[in-house]
Amino acid sequence: MSELNDLYQEVILEHSKAPRNYRRPASANHTAEGYNPLCGDHFTVFLDMDGDAIRDIGFQGSGCAISKASASMMTQSVKGKTKAEAARLFEQFHSLVTGGHNTAANSELGKLAVFSGVSRFPARVKCATLAWHTLQSALEGDQKPVSTEDE
Amino acid sequence: MTTFADRLQVEPQAFAPSRALPQDHGLDIAAIRAEFPILSRTINGRRLVYLDNAATSQKPRAVIRALARYYEQENANIHRGVHWLSVQATEEHDAARRSVQRFLNARRESEIVFVRGATEAINLVAQTFGRTHVAAGDEVLITAMEHHSNIVPWQMLCEEKGAHLKVAPIDDRGQLLVDEFQKLIGPRTRIVAVTHVSNVLGTVNPVRELIAMAHSRGVPVLLDGAQAAPHLSVDVQHLDCDFYVFSGHKVYGPTGIGVLYGKAALLDAMPPYQGGGDMIASVTFEKTTYKKSPSKFEAGTPDIGGAIALGVALDYVTGLGIDRIAAHEHDLLEYATEKVGAIPTIRLIGTASHRAGVLSFVLDDVHPHDLGTILDGDGIAVRAGHHCAQPLMARFGIPATTRASFAVYNTREEIDVLVEGIKKARKVFGQ
Repeated sequence: MSELNDLYQEVILEHSKAPRNYRRPASANHTAEGYNPLCGDHFTVFLDMDGDAIRDIGFQGSGCAISKASASMMTQSVKGKTKAEAARLFEQFHSLVTGGHNTAANSELGKLAVFSGVSRFPARVKCATLAWHTLQSALEGDQKPVSTEDE
Repeated sequence: MTTFADRLQVEPQAFAPSRALPQDHGLDIAAIRAEFPILSRTINGRRLVYLDNAATSQKPRAVIRALARYYEQENANIHRGVHWLSVQATEEHDAARRSVQRFLNARRESEIVFVRGATEAINLVAQTFGRTHVAAGDEVLITAMEHHSNIVPWQMLCEEKGAHLKVAPIDDRGQLLVDEFQKLIGPRTRIVAVTHVSNVLGTVNPVRELIAMAHSRGVPVLLDGAQAAPHLSVDVQHLDCDFYVFSGHKVYGPTGIGVLYGKAALLDAMPPYQGGGDMIASVTFEKTTYKKSPSKFEAGTPDIGGAIALGVALDYVTGLGIDRIAAHEHDLLEYATEKVGAIPTIRLIGTASHRAGVLSFVLDDVHPHDLGTILDGDGIAVRAGHHCAQPLMARFGIPATTRASFAVYNTREEIDVLVEGIKKARKVFGQ
């Protein structure tokens, strides 16, 4: 049960029930769709880019608690960041959820560290990274839907 | 840190379900469970409760031993050598085909083609029978409750030929609208492909009636028996189906082996599927002639060990009695429907009057994936997802379901554990 508690931390449950930035910003100039064909999770990420900077971000779609909370917290984390900063954050997040390295040392992840429990649930890594893959696709201006199975 | 592998520690732990209860229909479930080595292991420190049988069933010791025996004692290629082992392997392989023939009550041994599984069998029919009989403007009729494996091969065929895929609708309980189905059989319908039992809804289709309807218009019928073969008695002569397909691994056999049954006259008229060794009568660079069915459709060295073990699995099922298995599973399904259905906020997906094997459901505010993870924490294996039936999920307006599916070794106690697990998940999510 303790591993489950690590996975379903209060913050994650709370975000899954009341996701932040769950909207399409009127000023959005980049979007991308992401889906996980294994479970049917599906999200759209909307970006309002000011040059290289993420001025605003929102998302919509459906998925499990992990994928929805991850999308919600991602939007909070990357708002105001540059493309390169967001990419670095994704790299660290990916490493966190795949058990790549110790989380506490990563101050840049901040609140995102609550997803460390995912690393003990290999079947759920794709849930946690779906929104991030979609963000990456939106940032790269690639309008093709991304799939968790393209990795 | 605990690794995933650590969580899956093997810890033999005897589990004794209550002794032969009236609902066991003459089956000694405790003794049956003892024949399945994997059922005595633990997951996350809990006794495994395996309720993902529609994905793949567990294997009895007889099947595991048959595989080991083949590789330890009899391994040789078939239809080739004059040496003793090759002759022995060939005989065993032929005997396995006869086990399948008996299991399906096929008229002839040559009507049984070994393939990798139900998916390959459907592709074989689409690529051989389909490509020779379906032309531009023709139609292929399926239903709204098909698995992707009984949709995509036909879609590919229709795309190649400029033909149309027609889909017979279902009602909100997950039952085929038989009148609509009948209306969709038209002058351009070249083949009907229907699942015998739905892998998501558990619906048992009235296939004999559907076949009679199609035959009255001269249209042949393929039945996808992947979810039927483990749960109910199949008699291809009584059904009068033209093709019947199933996978070995869902009926206590190994993965990688499955069966295509086809009526002899159809198989004889069909072109080969793949070219290669063992399917030819003679080869010159100018012209190759082919063997008769089943060899015509079995190019290359087949899964010999798998076929032999499948024969053992089917004999095991027959030994227990498929009707007794069906009765036991029917009780489990009724019990699960009652107990799971009574949980607040649950919605059962698939409430047809005639069902077998599976119970699908959704919970308000707990996504199937989250439920699946929480159940796994208690050693309960269920399937969460779209079950390779995305159009069916769309029909019910849901992205996914949680599915519990049953086999002969499952017990009411295990369903109680499932119900407790679902209640726990609701608590985690604050319901």
